[in-house]
Amino acid sequence: MAADAVGGMLLAGITLYAVLGGADFGGGLWDLLAGTAAHGRVPRALIDESITPVWEANHVWLVFNLVIFWTAFPHAFAAVMNALALPLWLAVGGIVLRGAGFAFRKEITQVRWQRAAGATFAFSSLLTPFFMGTVIGAIAAGSVPANASHASLAAWTSPTALLAGFLFVAACGYLAAVYLTGEAAGRGSRMTAYFTHRARAAAIVAGALSLAALFELHAANPAVYGRLTGRALPLVIAGGVCGLAVLALLTAGRPRGTRFIAALGVAAVVWGWGVAQYPVLLPGTAVTLTNAGAPASTLVALVVLFIVAVALIGPSFALLFTLQGRRLLGAGEDGMMPPAGPPQQRAPQGRRSPAARAAAIGMIAIACTVRRLRHR
Amino acid sequence: MRASTTALLVASRVGGQVVPARAQMATTLGFHIILACLGIALPSVVLLAEFIGLRRGDEVAMRLARRWSQAMGVLIAVGAVTGTVLSFEMGLLWPGLMRAYGAVLGFPFAVEGIFFFLEAIFAGIYLWGWRRLPGWAHWWSGMPIALSGIFGAMSVIAVNSWMNTPGGFTEQNGRITSVDVWQVYFSRSALYEMPHMILAAYMVTGFTVAGVYAAGILRGRRDRYHRTGFALGFVPAAVLTPFQIFVGDTAARAIAHQQPVKFASMEYVARTSRQVPEWLGGVYVNGHIYAGLKIPYLDSLLAGFGPGTRVTGWDTVPPADRPPVPWLIHLCFDVMVALGFLLLLAGLWAAWEWWRRRRLPPQRLFWAAGALSGVAAIIAMECGWVVTEVGRQPWVVYRLQTTAAAATTNGGVLTSLSLVIVLYAVLGAATIVIVRVLSRRWRRGDLAETAVPYGPPPATADQATRPAGS
Repeated sequence: MAADAVGGMLLAGITLYAVLGGADFGGGLWDLLAGTAAHGRVPRALIDESITPVWEANHVWLVFNLVIFWTAFPHAFAAVMNALALPLWLAVGGIVLRGAGFAFRKEITQVRWQRAAGATFAFSSLLTPFFMGTVIGAIAAGSVPANASHASLAAWTSPTALLAGFLFVAACGYLAAVYLTGEAAGRGSRMTAYFTHRARAAAIVAGALSLAALFELHAANPAVYGRLTGRALPLVIAGGVCGLAVLALLTAGRPRGTRFIAALGVAAVVWGWGVAQYPVLLPGTAVTLTNAGAPASTLVALVVLFIVAVALIGPSFALLFTLQGRRLLGAGEDGMMPPAGPPQQRAPQGRRSPAARAAAIGMIAIACTVRRLRHR
Repeated sequence: MRASTTALLVASRVGGQVVPARAQMATTLGFHIILACLGIALPSVVLLAEFIGLRRGDEVAMRLARRWSQAMGVLIAVGAVTGTVLSFEMGLLWPGLMRAYGAVLGFPFAVEGIFFFLEAIFAGIYLWGWRRLPGWAHWWSGMPIALSGIFGAMSVIAVNSWMNTPGGFTEQNGRITSVDVWQVYFSRSALYEMPHMILAAYMVTGFTVAGVYAAGILRGRRDRYHRTGFALGFVPAAVLTPFQIFVGDTAARAIAHQQPVKFASMEYVARTSRQVPEWLGGVYVNGHIYAGLKIPYLDSLLAGFGPGTRVTGWDTVPPADRPPVPWLIHLCFDVMVALGFLLLLAGLWAAWEWWRRRRLPPQRLFWAAGALSGVAAIIAMECGWVVTEVGRQPWVVYRLQTTAAAATTNGGVLTSLSLVIVLYAVLGAATIVIVRVLSRRWRRGDLAETAVPYGPPPATADQATRPAGS
């Protein structure tokens, strides 16, 4: 029971990392393909602005998932870490270079070095989702033995794993392009058409790769394939329908609401994978949610902790996304650098009570969140 | 026969990975811990500056807060990714540890996850909300960063404390059967390890910030901007130093009971005895201590407040269960303590001058000490980690699992170690260069501000703004 709940938590964490963190990686893909420094200035500025305040918070989902994985299912965790060490190291390398490159580019003024940092950010944004995709693909294809003690090259270079790697990159690009289309449309920017084209292209590529992966799984792991087209079929269909709906809406030139549908589609695919595997953690082995090494007390503690986390983190994320949606975060149109001088407009406001101001901004944020949710 | 040969081969292969795996963990942790200190304490220092700026309408403090916050953006980003490397390394380098005890030591990490979230979310609001959020609302949005820095540090230290004094779980046939998360989080050594590290983070941050502005003052920039920047870092750090020395002293005495072999290595106690002398410095080789200063009875006095106190030596355990290099542990301990007292002295000097004359000491020696205080605090903190980590060897979980049993069975750690060293060298250099580029840009901004219309161009204004005699 507690094990199932923790399994659900882990899948929820993976979903959130995919739809939030994945889009930040996808931003790197479009940054890489934006062309020369002069040509890609406008799309890069939009990408930069929409990733800047949120990427670190989105990134924490990865750490959160790792911690839940090793605490709740330590035996499966150790097996995955041993068998898939190489793609995991490469994904970590990508994470370091992506984050550092992105943070550095912002503070550099020389175009030459800006370009180097930007290329590091953009290229490593491809590496990380690709290798994470191969890891998930290898697990789903049943290539990780329960007592893995050595790294295996064959495990993550199987056609299923490689297809999953490419699918992850395409899905990240798809999410990012859809989000950026919505972002551009919200501002009435001429970038709307630019990202609409890319979103449609990425949707088609991601759809084709999904079908190819499904087809490949049919040969590689008939058991998982059977469950995907069996009990997980509604979710698989939901994922496909969401993808087609996004494609149709974008073609019709109505980007409103596509962000939510695109995220829902990706979430449906993630949950389809989870439902197809349940309750097995490592397909092809006897390792399930209940026998992967953690006692009931640890699992119960994690469930309690998760409830506390949702209560604390949920409103915080809502506040962050609301402020970002209202464009209250970011250096603004005056450039990256805050002015060197003191903030003149702020000096006279220092008299008012800090608690009253905090309460006021909190109320505004909550009201905005409620309004946004009702709009959905 | 064949089986034993295979076992030996496996043992040698496993043994072959332990040293590079430890070296890689030490490199990545030693690098990340500096950024972690800044991540824990820099938000508080920035908030202090912003508070003064808002409360008193102090434009200099406000400008410092904005600028530090910009540097903090870079440092938090690098800290976030290097911290992620460590989470992966827990599994990639130490799968044996995670397999056996992941269900126990994972809980404090999960708690830390919540604070990492809050830190990252509110950093996104605080760092990028300067321009459009109203003054005090912006200040309050930084509060969760400062608090989650402290609680996040507590959670990570809880894991390290548990590895030093494990407890709070039952094990049957190599499987964990129940876990008491409260006892895991607050293990016996957590009571001193947590405050010791959080105080260290504040000292490292405060003295580092102070060091930057002391260096500027040494170069003749004796303006209010530099003095304020120095004071905002130096005062909190110097005030906390005596508390840190007290906590450290308590910690050492507790280690003498909880991990006597570690304490014996810290203090060169080869044989269990009374009236144990204290060695200052000195290198221990084959039973001899070279170039050390011996103070009779002092170690017994420090460990139990009386010269007759019995101190456990490392002879109580077989050689295989002793830390490998006692001289490294001892010298690091001495360096940490010595630097702690030097930092205390610098703080007392400033306090004396302020008490008698209401000013900071004018002597160049004081400012030179101030400029070096940041480096000194970082070295002391790193030495402290060497003491506790190397002192715990050969155990990863004290007396329950050896580091060799925890290490990965995969080859190629030497390769990843080499790549990590190159990558982190570039990362460290780039971080320093970028923070310096920022500070140079700020200085240019100041000059542009002070240059009046029709006045001299900025190049000559550079000399004009410097006070005479610089």
